[in-house]
Amino acid sequence: MVGITSFGAYIPKLRLNRKSIAEANAWGNAGLKGMAKGQRAMCNWDEDSVTMAVAAAKDALRGVKSSAISRVFLATTTAPFLDRQNAGIVSAALHLGHEIASMDITSSQKAGTTGLIAALDIAKSGEDNILFVASEKRRTKAASSQEMQYGHGAAALLVGADKPVAKLLASHSRTVDFIDHYRAEGRDFDYQWEERWIRDEGYMKIVPPAIDAALKKAKLKADAITHFVMPTVFPAVTRSIGKAAGLADKALRDTLGDNCGDTGVAHPLLMLVDALQDAKAGDKIMVAGFGNGCDVLIFEATKELEKLKGPRGVKGGLANGREEKNYNKFLTFNDLITKEFGIRAEADMPTPMSALYRKNDMVLGLIGGICTACKTPQYPKSDVCVNPECNKTHTQEDYTFADKAAHVMSWTADYLTFTLDPPGHYGMVEFDAGGRFMADFTDVAVGDLDVGMPVEMVFRVKSVDERRGFIRYFWKAVPRTA
Amino acid sequence: MSAGIKDKVAIIGMGCSKFGERWDVSADELMIEAFEEASKDAGVDTSQIQAAWLATQLEEINVGKSALPLSVALRLPNIPVTRVENYCASGTEAFRGAVYAVASGAADIALAMGVEKLKDTGYGGLPAMSAGTNMNMRGPNNTAPGSFAQLASAYGAKHHVSKAEVKRAIAHVSAKSHANGAINPKAHLQKAVSVETIMEAPMIAEPLGLFDCCGVSDGAACAIITTPEIARRMGRKYIVTVKSLQLALSSGTESEFNGWDGSYFLTTRIAAKRAYEEAGITKPREQVSMMEVHDCFSITEMVTMEDLFISPEGGAIKDVMDGFYNADGKVPCQIDGGLKCFGHPVGASGLRMLYEMYLQLQGRAGNRQLKDPQIGLTHNLGGFPYQNVSSVAIIGKLGR
Repeated sequence: MVGITSFGAYIPKLRLNRKSIAEANAWGNAGLKGMAKGQRAMCNWDEDSVTMAVAAAKDALRGVKSSAISRVFLATTTAPFLDRQNAGIVSAALHLGHEIASMDITSSQKAGTTGLIAALDIAKSGEDNILFVASEKRRTKAASSQEMQYGHGAAALLVGADKPVAKLLASHSRTVDFIDHYRAEGRDFDYQWEERWIRDEGYMKIVPPAIDAALKKAKLKADAITHFVMPTVFPAVTRSIGKAAGLADKALRDTLGDNCGDTGVAHPLLMLVDALQDAKAGDKIMVAGFGNGCDVLIFEATKELEKLKGPRGVKGGLANGREEKNYNKFLTFNDLITKEFGIRAEADMPTPMSALYRKNDMVLGLIGGICTACKTPQYPKSDVCVNPECNKTHTQEDYTFADKAAHVMSWTADYLTFTLDPPGHYGMVEFDAGGRFMADFTDVAVGDLDVGMPVEMVFRVKSVDERRGFIRYFWKAVPRTA
Repeated sequence: MSAGIKDKVAIIGMGCSKFGERWDVSADELMIEAFEEASKDAGVDTSQIQAAWLATQLEEINVGKSALPLSVALRLPNIPVTRVENYCASGTEAFRGAVYAVASGAADIALAMGVEKLKDTGYGGLPAMSAGTNMNMRGPNNTAPGSFAQLASAYGAKHHVSKAEVKRAIAHVSAKSHANGAINPKAHLQKAVSVETIMEAPMIAEPLGLFDCCGVSDGAACAIITTPEIARRMGRKYIVTVKSLQLALSSGTESEFNGWDGSYFLTTRIAAKRAYEEAGITKPREQVSMMEVHDCFSITEMVTMEDLFISPEGGAIKDVMDGFYNADGKVPCQIDGGLKCFGHPVGASGLRMLYEMYLQLQGRAGNRQLKDPQIGLTHNLGGFPYQNVSSVAIIGKLGR
């Protein structure tokens, strides 16, 4: 039976204090004061839907060989590239190899659940180890309700038939051209319609029939559902839907509004991961995704769930936060204000596509070399071993640095260099098993770093070529979390 | 080891422009200013120069590519002129070219010129530069201060010195250079600065504050080289000769191979050893009279004191605090004010350092004159602590 064989999640470390949004904007929109509770997850300047997808996937793939992955899906409405496969970037970062299928799924808030159903359908044909990632970084206008309600985040699921931790019992989909919001080609922001209409004509009329249909397919009564995953930015709506469908009150899952916010396409999956982290064998988990229609999936947790160790998931992500009280930083990171960055921001360094392709493993996969003669790991891989006692030529094999433990050898906090988040932290990162290179640190505040501190590598935006609209990705070091 | 360069060539003329924010002149005028002084000093005009080298690093925003800018500016008589670029060692690299040309017999008289017009870049500090296609895709967007600042974290960790102690010691390094530069009319920054002011200055790259960083200046410096025999024939009384000229480049081990600890310059140690051997110096702390080292940042100078084997390993802080490198210390360092006060017009710096040593050796350094120096050492460090070009040059009186 097909289902979910592993899961992971990623919530950016930075959590914007909602009070800071209200304090800056209530003068013009007093309504924001009432929403000024808790925190919302916000991407650092160097995070986007692709980098979060990689982080969530890394969480889900602990202990899974990258070569085992058969296919990668990325669901998002906030893909950094409109025409360059974003799932392909994820695949390159995870070093999944070239012999896999990949697809971006987009254009609706239910892309996460719709895509997951498709992945499960493919698994039914016998394909195992399908990596399904949903990631979202929705841009919102300053002082909007959405700025308060939304969050950034990603969830990753491994789909297949090999010892699922949650098996699929049934799913049902509905397609309705209901426009609660839309974002047209070339537009920066969503256009929203009235919330009360969305609630009454949208959620309340579109979701319950899908729940009924799914329950029928699963031959389950509504009260059998132990966890009901239904993201909305209006908690009352989740309750009303649950009630309408006959679900138990205690089954309603927390929508993670307090300290994460609604992560759009990723949110049903993020909440599913959260539920899986709480679930016990036999629990029935219903996941609903709303957006121009509705998807409902019903899973049953299995005994395998207890054996799955390692994912940080939503719990780990929520625990690893740092409060940001500076609303200006949020505006800056999300390009919502025009800011002076000085002459260093003008430096023009185009990326030759030919060179990037040639060095794709090195740059996106953080693949270096290990000398087969002296066993020295080294980055970058070279035709001449860097070990001065060896220097043998043409002896190197690929060596993955992305998952290796490392520590800080030297560091600085640079106030002169251009970065959206000064000071720029960088230094020599030394890998415990061998190899080192000068790397950026990210998600660190002044005073965090010290020589010898353990770090791990994360996939991030290195810089943005504004002139050519190109995003350069690379790996950075962050203080290691448990 | 090869026979080496010791006493094979003589410097018969040197010139150095006023360094600073030379808004009124371009690079060609800076070169002419330096050359006119050197030409007068040597008693040599352009018709006698048989080969020349030009050092300039940031050619695209500076004088332009090739050695033509020098050839055209000085109207050199269609002689071979070569442009060299080796990061901050470029000036010394031009000197090397001229020295080896004379030593080989290819030229009787050769010119080494270095120039940079940084104040046309619009930057505070050196401009952002490409690190090359591959490195641009993976390297951090590092600056020079951010790269050199890391010496401090690694040095402190290695020698168990607190951040505060390192900060105070490097402030003393800068204060000493400011005191020296204050009386040098060619320096850009001619002002004494207190240790307290230095320590309280705005942070540039942890732990380097504004006064831990050298200035940003325009400038040119040059040397005219010949053989000791020709120098004698020309009637020179005090002949200054090259004792050694060494260059060591990283091979990637510091940045890619676990071993180097980030607290010192591997290349400088290698270049210094070779240079002392070439010059016949066995006890550098006793035998070197004075030094001009690459004080792009105060921390660079401090660790370099150990890498040149003047201070014992881990002992630079004590020497700095004891005033060992002050103008009245045992081995005065940056007696002209250093990069700290001259700024660092990259191509010119190595030759500017030699200019001060050359003046001092001849007793021509005016109010900065040291008592009877015999051996002067200059040092450049181009690139970054973890990947660099290091040069060490030693000059002295002929026969010493």
